[in-house]
Amino acid sequence: MADRPPAATTAAPSTVFDKIWDAHLVKRLDDGRDLVFVDRHVLQETTSAQAFDGLARAGRAVRHAELTVATQDHIVSTAPGRDEATNPAGRELLGLMRTNARAHGIPLFGVDDRRQGIVHVIGPELGLALPGSLLACGDSHTSTVGGLGALGIGVGTSEVEHVLATQTLAMTRPRNMRVTFEGAVEPGVTAKDLILHTIGALGTAAGQGSAVEYAGAAIRRLPVEARLTLCNMSIELGARLGLVAPDEATVAYVRNREFAPTGSALAEAARYWLGLRTDADAMFGQEFTIDCSRIAPQVTWGTSPQDVAGIDAAVPDPASFADAKRRELAAAALRYMGLEPGTRLAGLPIDVAFIGSCTNGRLSDLEAAAAVIQGRRVAPTVRALVVPGSTAVKRAAEAIGLDRVFRAAGFEWRDAGCSLCVSVNEDTVPPGARCLATSNRNFENRQGPRSRTHLASPAMVAAAAIAGRIVDVRREPAP
Amino acid sequence: MTPFVQLTGFMAAMPLANINTDAIIPSAWLRSMTADLAAGLFAGYRFDEAGRERPDFVLNRPPFRTARILLADENFGCGSSREAAVWALARFGIRCVLAPSFADIFYENAFRNGLLAGKLDPATFAALLAEVDRHADNPVFTVDLPSTTIMGPDGIARRFAVPASRAEALIRGDDEIESTLRHAGDIAAFHRAARTTRNWLYPGVRNLGETA
Repeated sequence: MADRPPAATTAAPSTVFDKIWDAHLVKRLDDGRDLVFVDRHVLQETTSAQAFDGLARAGRAVRHAELTVATQDHIVSTAPGRDEATNPAGRELLGLMRTNARAHGIPLFGVDDRRQGIVHVIGPELGLALPGSLLACGDSHTSTVGGLGALGIGVGTSEVEHVLATQTLAMTRPRNMRVTFEGAVEPGVTAKDLILHTIGALGTAAGQGSAVEYAGAAIRRLPVEARLTLCNMSIELGARLGLVAPDEATVAYVRNREFAPTGSALAEAARYWLGLRTDADAMFGQEFTIDCSRIAPQVTWGTSPQDVAGIDAAVPDPASFADAKRRELAAAALRYMGLEPGTRLAGLPIDVAFIGSCTNGRLSDLEAAAAVIQGRRVAPTVRALVVPGSTAVKRAAEAIGLDRVFRAAGFEWRDAGCSLCVSVNEDTVPPGARCLATSNRNFENRQGPRSRTHLASPAMVAAAAIAGRIVDVRREPAP
Repeated sequence: MTPFVQLTGFMAAMPLANINTDAIIPSAWLRSMTADLAAGLFAGYRFDEAGRERPDFVLNRPPFRTARILLADENFGCGSSREAAVWALARFGIRCVLAPSFADIFYENAFRNGLLAGKLDPATFAALLAEVDRHADNPVFTVDLPSTTIMGPDGIARRFAVPASRAEALIRGDDEIESTLRHAGDIAAFHRAARTTRNWLYPGVRNLGETA
């Protein structure tokens, strides 16, 4: 007798990504894409001006100004005491953002606001990004908010315009991908090292078209701010977004944030958030496992985040890559970076040390860096900058005296903004100079024409600023 | 959006993987609404520090100075979401990029600006690269969107991939916002329903920008 098919049961096992996505699905469009509702739309000044311009030319209104906020971060000067008038390079775009925000009733956290900061830092910090929500922003690193279990979708300017006009995105549904971290993380190894190592192992295109869930005991143990760092660089893995399922740590992080729910609304929300987890039998299009116990502090040697190695390693010989294209890319990267194969990463002299950005500009990042430099001095050959990710981070750091630690060591203590991550502002690395940075991209010319960027964690950058060269923070003598 | 049906012009090859949007349009061109994006296209590759053209860069060599089609390698357009990367290509005159794969945000940005991003299988990529090389003096190609074919000097028709719905939207020159606004009723209904099931997520009259 033939087996009968099982009776229809409950919904098929699904991933945390699927659950959140389905909760935002307005409808499936005729062309196969999904129309999804955007709970929060966050604007920054370099990718929104043309969107407002397009909106005006088409005579369209902003559909949900109450779900939209704006901040100024990319082009702003981070010189202490700056204001909108002391931003000559950015005056046009800063002014347009102010005008547009006012015209459409969108709150603006501008350079003079206590809530100003890098868009991906203030989203979680203010409770604008919430677990289980879908947040869009005209910036690729919107994936950062995945650290809270939110879907953070980075878009271009025409999609910013689309969200302004419709409060939705029309998107191909991302595929499910999971990276599971096994083993224990060694002391001195941070979320930044985990994600750099992962990008090195899988490549910058591995996540194309995917929503990446980071899972495993090591991830559960990461504080929420570290999860934000991890998810931040999902875009460098090629993914549409990254996320970590919410847990009790997430709920604790969200509590008491300025725009987060309170009281019974928070209790109701928390129940919902804690139910957002991947079912045991859920299927992923791609699955990878990373052994944490083998990861050393990471430093990039080339011009793509995948050009990365442990601090114990040497600059690779391009000939060592099996793939011909990779050989060619590595050779070009070494020419640009002024490096010879076989040179130890530890010992490379640096000219600039940059601590900040949406990757590593939160309070815990500054604390980690300050712990390394306590009572020591920046090498005389190094320009060292600390740029808090938000004005609130700056205030919080000052409240516990971190600014004094940095200043006493010879670091510049600057106002909040994107600063040396993107060099669309006043802050640049001089031609040919070598910078160790906590940011997310080491592309050619990223920090200024002919700048040479190496990426690492805040503690590694702090240690290098003191030593004047890249060093293994784990081997640095205690002060 | 300017419709795209068929395009004939010089094809320039930049067979490098992972060309990022910082390279396509450097940050110096992002500081103003009125920057000359055509001049900024691949500026780090096209010009030296003194602003002189680098003679060995493909777009500085005839006939590629007037290229309309760009042949690139894997993961083209990775990195920043900056749509100015697409605008710079378009202002320079390039309306079609062919590559084995594209970064997601670049891919979305391209179609919204009438730039065709056609995907190639590895064999087609290699064959086109060789054909551009063989006909470097006159590398004229025709990209036909309705038939998803590329016809080159060798007279061989090769295929590229593009989702049918995107091709149709590009051929019609659809305004995507207009298309989405046809679902305004569904969007409003979704928001009403979501406010009952996840009310904690949607501020009522309270504006997000005002202090609680």
